[in-house]
Formats: sequence, C-alpha cells, structure tokens
Amino acid sequence: MEAQEWTRLAKKAVDIREEVVKMIYRAKTGHIGGDLSETDILVDLYYRQMNVSPENQKDENRDRFVLSKGHSVEALYAVLADKGYFPKKDLETYSQYGSKFIGHPNNKIPGIEMNSGSLGHGLSVGVGMALAGKMDKRPYRVYVVLGDGECGEGSVWEAAMAGSQYGLDNLTAFVDRNRLQISGTTEQVMHQDSAEERWASYGWNVLSIPGNDLYSIDDAVDLAKHTKGKPTVIVANTTKGCGISFIENKAAWHHKVPSEAEYQEALKELAERRATL
Amino acid sequence: MSQAIKKVVAEFLQEAGKKDRDIVVLCSDSRGSGAFGPYAEELPEQFVEVGIAEQNLVGISAGLASCGKRPFAVSPASFLSTRSMEQAKVDVAYSNTNVKLLGISGGVSYGALGMTHHSATDIADMASIPGMRVYLPSDGPQAKCLMKELVKDTDPAYVRYGRNAVEDVYEEGNVPFVMDRATTVREGKDLTIIACGEMVWQAKKAAEQLESEGIHARVLDMYCIKPFDGEAVRKAAEETGAILTVEEHTAYGGLGSLVAQLTAREHPTRVRSLALPDAPVVTGTTPEIFKHYGLDAEGIAKAARELVG
Ligand SMILES: Cc1ncc(C[n+]2csc(CCOP(=O)(O)OP(=O)(O)O)c2C)c(N)n1
Ligand SMILES: [Mg+2]
Repeated sequence: MEAQEWTRLAKKAVDIREEVVKMIYRAKTGHIGGDLSETDILVDLYYRQMNVSPENQKDENRDRFVLSKGHSVEALYAVLADKGYFPKKDLETYSQYGSKFIGHPNNKIPGIEMNSGSLGHGLSVGVGMALAGKMDKRPYRVYVVLGDGECGEGSVWEAAMAGSQYGLDNLTAFVDRNRLQISGTTEQVMHQDSAEERWASYGWNVLSIPGNDLYSIDDAVDLAKHTKGKPTVIVANTTKGCGISFIENKAAWHHKVPSEAEYQEALKELAERRATL
Repeated sequence: MSQAIKKVVAEFLQEAGKKDRDIVVLCSDSRGSGAFGPYAEELPEQFVEVGIAEQNLVGISAGLASCGKRPFAVSPASFLSTRSMEQAKVDVAYSNTNVKLLGISGGVSYGALGMTHHSATDIADMASIPGMRVYLPSDGPQAKCLMKELVKDTDPAYVRYGRNAVEDVYEEGNVPFVMDRATTVREGKDLTIIACGEMVWQAKKAAEQLESEGIHARVLDMYCIKPFDGEAVRKAAEETGAILTVEEHTAYGGLGSLVAQLTAREHPTRVRSLALPDAPVVTGTTPEIFKHYGLDAEGIAKAARELVG
C-alpha cells in the first residue's frame, strides 16, 4: 500500500471513529470499546479490499461480510452510511423509537448481509457462504469478524473445523484480539492464549498482526488471498477503545456512554489525530 | 419503592451462599448484568465463570448438581432459553439435576438491542420441557420469597426476571406468597386480569384506573407459570366471567395460551390476550415497547374496557 493510500484510509478511520462517538453519545447507548477496536479492520476491508458498494449489492459475485461480534454495529453503520448505502442522516435515528437501526446488525438495512448479535454464529454462516461460493465456482471472498471473548462459544470451533475440512481458502476470519470482554480480560474470564496455536491446530493459515495498523491489516488480507487450500484467520492484536486515550484498554468501556465532558475530549483527540495526517 | 429483581436475587444468594457452601453461582460473562459482582468478590470459591459459553454453563451446572452442589446458572434469558435449551432439556430436566436457571435481562429489557437479545419465547421454550418449572416473579419482595423456596428444594427450575428497576407490587415482609399458587393482587367481580413478571404492576395500575370508572377488576399474579395454578384460573372464570391475560412474551405458548387451554377445558370463558407480536418487536426503550403493544397500564385498561363493555 502506498503512503498516500494509507493517509486516505487513516483519515477514514478518524471519520468513522468520530461518527461512532457521536452516534453513541446522541443515543446514550452503544458498544464503544469494540467499535473503536475493529474500526481499522472495517476501513481496510470496505475502502480497499472488498468489492462491495451500493451499486453491486445484488451482484452474486460481491464479497460477503459478516460482523459476528454484532454488538460493534455502530462502526459498521458509520462505514455503510459513508459508502452511500443509506443517507448519513438516517444514523440520527439509531436506537430511537421505530428505527430500523437497532443495536445489532440487521439485514433490512442495505449493505448488511446477515443478522447477528448473539455471539458465536457468524463463522458458521461465513463457512456456508464460502461453501456456496465453491459450489457455484464464484470468485467472491467471505470475511468474518469475531470477538476474542466470542471465541469462548463452542460453535466458533465447530465452524473452524468445517472451514478447514472443506479447504475454504475463500474465507478469511478476523479475531479482534483486544484481550477484553465484559467481565475483565479474556485471560481472567476464559483464556484465549494462544489463539494462534489454537487456530493453527484446527488447520487454518494463521497471521498474527498489530490489529490497529492499516499496513499490517492490508498485507494480511493480501496474504490470505494468496493462500490456497485452507482458510485464513487474522489474529488482529488490537486495543479496545483504540484512538481515544481514556477509553483505551478498559473493560468498563465495553458499553459505557461518554459524559458531556468525555464526549468533547474524545472529539478533541480525534481532531488532533486528523491534524497529523 | 422501586428496585431491580436482579439485585434482590443476587443479594439473597450471597447471604445463602455464606451459610451453605454447596451453593454455587455460575456466570457466562454475565456477572455484571446479573448483579453478581459482589457475590463473586465475597465467595470466589463458590463462583464459576465459564466465559461466553451458555451451553457449557448449563452442562457444567448439571455436573456440579449431580455431585451434590446447588448451582444457579446465570445468563441473559434470551441466550439461556435458546442457546442452552438442549442442555436444559437433557442435562437438567431429563436427568433431574438440581440446577436453577436464572434468566436475567428477560423479556424486552434490552430495548433497542433487538431480537437476538429479547426473550419473547422463553416461557414457551422452557415450559414445554417435561420436568422444568417456570417462574416469573413480579417484584423484588416476591422474588425473595420465591428464592427462599428454590434454594431449599431439589428440582430443576427456570426463573426469568428483567434488567431494570421495577416498582414493588408487594410490601417487603408482608408478601402474600404461597409457593405454586397465583397471588390475588386485588379482588374484583367484573373481569380478571392475569399477568406475570413485570406486567403485574402494570395490571395493578390498570385495575386502579378501572376502579375509578366503576369497573372492578380482579388481578392475579401468575408468577408460577409451571406448575400452573389452574384452580385460580377456573375460579376467576366462574366468578368474573371474563379474563384478560398480559405477558411480556409472544402469544404462542405463553400465559395466554395456558389460560385459554384451561378455561376451554374447565369453564369456557371470554379470554383476551395481550402479548408481544409474532415478529421482532419495534425498536425502542422498554417502556416504549410496552406502550407500543398495549402492555402498559393504559393499554391494559383499554383492553379491559373492551372486554367487559
Ligand atoms: C451468545 C451471547 N452471549 C452473550 C452475549 C452478551 N455479550 C455481548 S458483547 C459480550 C462480550 C464480547 O466480548 P468480545 O467478543 O471480546 O468483544 P469485544 O471485546 O470486541 O467487544 C457479551 C458477553 C451475546 N451477545 N451473545
Ligand atoms: Mg474482546
């Protein structure tokens, strides 16, 4: 990736984070920590790697995306609005009475392929999508984003087995390895180390990267595209709450809502970041 | 007074746990939602965290119970009643292990988080399992009475309660509670409103409004969905001639169906049911959702007027 392209994506990442903070502050609800942690992954996929756009949303060859950690939907809403799937103004209705923009992905909303919110479903669905692609010899690729706490669900590992059983090299899973879940660190609650060794033993191609680094994310996705015969998992070592200092790396910010002062401070930090780009 | 049932239940188990080391609370990354943080701090040896793994939660509980422990498995009602349903059926009810399933954040407590987080089918899911008892306490004081019974007995049960604070229906220390018998919240002769869980307080409010209009509504709190208090329903049918059921649950296989089945068999009566729709519920806060479907005092009073008028 060229430096200029990196700057374009890095600016997008700031825009998305800003929209997330605004949406959650306005509605007084949302999963801010996980949104900020996955933002760079979504930005690389939606603005560079995936062939998806409002124009091709019915195209059978479009890439497929499943947000298995569905609680982090606000960042996805912000991306889809920015890409033009629906007017940005619609986001003002997020979580409001009668809105279709609820706190988890719903495929009534343009650009969303699959409903989620109950953890541990998305990878199985991704396996199904990738299998269909193989059956019909279609060129599309399937991307699934999982939480690290979510990997406590047994169903994730049933899907992991199936993914390698069927040699689904058109399937790429991200684990948003921010090392936090609701009740504390993953290692205290239910350990996930070594995530890399686990996935490797299930027959996956494993890439472990700094998960908020756009260069690394982009390279990993490229590598996954060139890996044949097995699915790839990208263990993205992220920071929960990434980009806003006082939210970073704190379990309590899983779904806390910023106060007025925190809101202003968050916007200020994001503006400072933008100024450096 | 208003208080969250979850706090009452967690504090009760913390006290009980201090006296009985066989009491074990299990959580699935749900201790905060269930208000079990202080319990986990004080009784770490009687607390098991399983992570985000509801099937494992219930299976481990069954194993603990089979070795003499008294486990209380805590998880949002939505996931507990569906994701771990087979464990509830096979490892708990069928195997008759002494596991108490505590379905927290029940009904539409999670408001705008949507269908994945609502438990609108848990009465039907759990009550349809042979050997599984089902309880929906209506407030804190009643929940405490219920917990006192459940902590003593040795059979499986599923208990559902909400996330938010609820107004007390009953007075602490003076709760008219008989295990597995519906509670008469108020007497009346023109119709009976039968409700469970958070709907009881709304029904009580509605009855007060109706009273001022000259309609005397009896209110029954059917906190015991299973075993169901058929006798109280039969009496209501005989004595008041019309029944309105109110539940934070779909109409399929819920309180309304149970009441209709019983009256059809024993005393055919006009029955009308207020329930959640057979669809994902409208987006909104919990009170907005209640209002939308007529599950608030105003909606209940309106349905009652139509029924008797
Ligand atoms: C089946 C299921 N169980 C429990 C929950 C409640 N829940 C929502 S988010 C969450 C923690 C998720 O942690 P993680 O997967 O690490 O996500 P992240 O840190 O990226 O927010 C839990 C337990 C759920 N949504 N689905
Ligand atoms: Mg996490």
